Amino acid sequence: MNHVSRRRFLKITGAGAGVAAAAGTLGSLPGLRAAKGPSGIRRVPTFCDLCFWKCNAIATVRDGVLWKVEGNPDDPLSRGRLCPRGTGGVGAHFDADRLRAPLLRASVRGEEKWTEVTWDQALAHVAEKLLKIKAEYGPEAVALFSHGVGGSFLRHSIKAFGSPNSAAPSFAQCRGPRDVGFELTFGEPIGSPERTDIRNARCLVLIGSHLGENMHNTQVQEFADAIGSGASVIVADPRFSVAASKAKHYLPIKPGTDLALLLAWMNVLVREGLYDREYVAAHGFGFEAFAAEIQPFTPEWAWPETGIEPETIRETAREMARYRPATLVHPGRHATWYGDDAQRSRAIALLNALLGSWGRKGGFYQPASMRVPGYPYPPYPKPTRGAVDNPGERYPFASEAITTGIREATITGKPYPVKGWMVYATNLIQALPDERETIKAIQALDLLVVIDVVGSEIAGWADVVLPEATYLERYDELNVELFREPFVALRQPVVEPPADQKPNWWIARELALKLGLEAYYPWKTIEEYLDHRLQGAGMSLAALQQRGVVAAPRPAVYYEEGVVPAFSTPSKKIEFYSVQLRDKGFDPVPRFKRPAAGPAGSFRLLFGRAPVHTFSRTQTNPVLAQAMSENEVWLNADVAERAGLRTGDRVRLRNQDGVVSNPVRLKATQAIRPDCVYMVHGFGHTAKGLRRALGKGASDAQLVTRYATDPLMGGTGMNVNFVTLEREA
Amino acid sequence: MARLGMVIDTRRCVGCMDCVVACKTENQTPEGMNRDWITYATKGRYPRLSLTIQSERCNHCDEPPCVSCCPTGASHVHDWGRVVLVTKEECIGCKACLASCPYDARYVHPDGYADKCTLCIHRVEQGQDPACVSVCPTRCMHFGDLDDPESEVARLLASRTHHAVLPEAGTRPRIFYLE
Repeated sequence: MNHVSRRRFLKITGAGAGVAAAAGTLGSLPGLRAAKGPSGIRRVPTFCDLCFWKCNAIATVRDGVLWKVEGNPDDPLSRGRLCPRGTGGVGAHFDADRLRAPLLRASVRGEEKWTEVTWDQALAHVAEKLLKIKAEYGPEAVALFSHGVGGSFLRHSIKAFGSPNSAAPSFAQCRGPRDVGFELTFGEPIGSPERTDIRNARCLVLIGSHLGENMHNTQVQEFADAIGSGASVIVADPRFSVAASKAKHYLPIKPGTDLALLLAWMNVLVREGLYDREYVAAHGFGFEAFAAEIQPFTPEWAWPETGIEPETIRETAREMARYRPATLVHPGRHATWYGDDAQRSRAIALLNALLGSWGRKGGFYQPASMRVPGYPYPPYPKPTRGAVDNPGERYPFASEAITTGIREATITGKPYPVKGWMVYATNLIQALPDERETIKAIQALDLLVVIDVVGSEIAGWADVVLPEATYLERYDELNVELFREPFVALRQPVVEPPADQKPNWWIARELALKLGLEAYYPWKTIEEYLDHRLQGAGMSLAALQQRGVVAAPRPAVYYEEGVVPAFSTPSKKIEFYSVQLRDKGFDPVPRFKRPAAGPAGSFRLLFGRAPVHTFSRTQTNPVLAQAMSENEVWLNADVAERAGLRTGDRVRLRNQDGVVSNPVRLKATQAIRPDCVYMVHGFGHTAKGLRRALGKGASDAQLVTRYATDPLMGGTGMNVNFVTLEREA
Repeated sequence: MARLGMVIDTRRCVGCMDCVVACKTENQTPEGMNRDWITYATKGRYPRLSLTIQSERCNHCDEPPCVSCCPTGASHVHDWGRVVLVTKEECIGCKACLASCPYDARYVHPDGYADKCTLCIHRVEQGQDPACVSVCPTRCMHFGDLDDPESEVARLLASRTHHAVLPEAGTRPRIFYLE
């Protein structure tokens, strides 16, 4: 054996050892920000922005250079451990494809030819255009699309400007149907972070929800805890997901038939008397009518629809009943699949209601938040016209603004013209279905402003592009979290932006000042704003700067702990039968309608998440791109063999409307049904500015030219597209 | 003397690659080169399938062929924890160790020396876990002294069915996977 001396070892890792010595102070949070180690180590608490989960983190700077980001041990969300995207968050700062200076369009829209200008020139140009739109069409003709906590100051500016039109794709393209389905049933949405008590669940049911690949930190941590403690996991998914591989029961369901399975499960629970009679009697409304309605939907009825054998349906229903109320039928998050999504989500809510899991340990807890008063702004001007996205309440149960409704109004000019879009941190080209419609709407605009960190596809279509500082370089709005353990958290700058990027609060404020809205920005600096809010809650900016997060003691969160059951539905009960749905002409109890089949020989296009990327926002992050630089298209291995296709072959996907994707590598695998293909969302970039990601993999979004709109709430079901595969020569 | 190793619970692991990303940021590994990686093995025919996910790295073998084949002594067994390390100043970049490693755990750093997992010895010496272990959101990774019967790793190995990668290579690997 070849041994070395202690001295020689220390020599070769000298730099690292010094670093570790300072990093060893990890547990001693007070004084964290000031802590400066012997070799120039500085540690700054902040919260992550790689997704919307907002985990609290501690960033480490070594000799003035950003080194790493880790979880804050005081954080109830991350419990000191970030997900891979959060760990790779340093890459957002170093990304060579970042926008560096404000840009004005120098050619036709979409050509991505720009003139670099100063911030003053860019904002003066935007303000002039916005005021012109206001004079000609009214302030309501300006709409804001935003995603995440970073959009809050822009939302403030747009309301001060006088527009009610502010929307996020997180509603109509994501969790909207789920929240509406639960609201119709329990009177409350699921919210974010989800109020799912996964860690205490003894039986966890996942319907198309691919936790582990879908990397919402707390949920995945609790999923692992549940598996570790032997919870029974039931997964229904057309794809053998990572979660499916952890399941006791994997149900290889036919795509689009989840509602049939849910009805059959409920049928078994009612028919066999396995549901929580006491809970239903105490809290339920319309149970008898509900029971009569689902009576025909037996496992034998569901079998040909779902492909799941009746005995499996019975066995899994009994498994759920065995562990109730600690059986959690997970509501999922991205729920816009087939256009009947609010009703499917309502069926999930009803199944949970039968199991008595809402409000109970191992089911759904009652979240809480700390009270932090808002900043005392003057009242916003009252728009003379209502929001443009849902005229005449066409979608009567929409609880938030509908992005695609604003897009439609922009194209048609009805109910009134929309002439200016401000787009913050959301790549609408990939986020909204049918990019052709989005481009059509853009062509009807007088002004498109995009504020973002990288030059995504939507930035490519902009008239003005404003480069934002990353989360590691800026203050932001506080995170006053609604969670099992309530807390308040601060995002603060760790390092300087590398070029002329500015924080969103500065952009929103400077723009407002140029629009004559100074009354809405009485504060001069963000520190002043944040301290004012925190003082109102008996805290201080200085304390948050030191600790990053201040948590309250965990309150009672379950009925078992004294939370009083209360349901803000019309009946004040859990609505097994919904009179308000019936009165608007909808099914009062969900009914299954078979989804339309695709053209012969085609595959249904399904898409999902990878743990190392968020939407189409992170593909140029150099750390995360190394972990995954392109997506693959999953095709059943037997089908692939018959077609003479092999893993690694490059194929193009052609959809039912003749749209053809970028070349993408094939993954021939047994882990998917033969009637569908699957891709990770967010790849196949076409924006020239995204040099690292340009042309890598294929975009599912480009192939989503059709969508089924949910009649209850306007969500856009996107799993209704079909593709064939063509080998790339 | 400690014999450091890892025990990884494949039931909890979801293959999220946080360990891979954390190693990259902690150790600033060169673009495209990794000291740890994930393997996914799907078996069976749809829908009766199994999937095994493993976070893999240098096994810090008890009988490391990379050390015995090294002509300069750059590849060596550290005297604390018996961690297999490379002294980059003594490495001539001959790649004998790359060829000898049954796990393909090494790469040649652009600066010309063989490089690989150090079990984050710089952290371990400060009482911290390796970066991969410390970030893992599923808490599937455990690190410690395999020779200490009271250690978490030893207790896990004593109580659960486990395997190593390529034990038939005869190098006595020290990364174990709970089934």
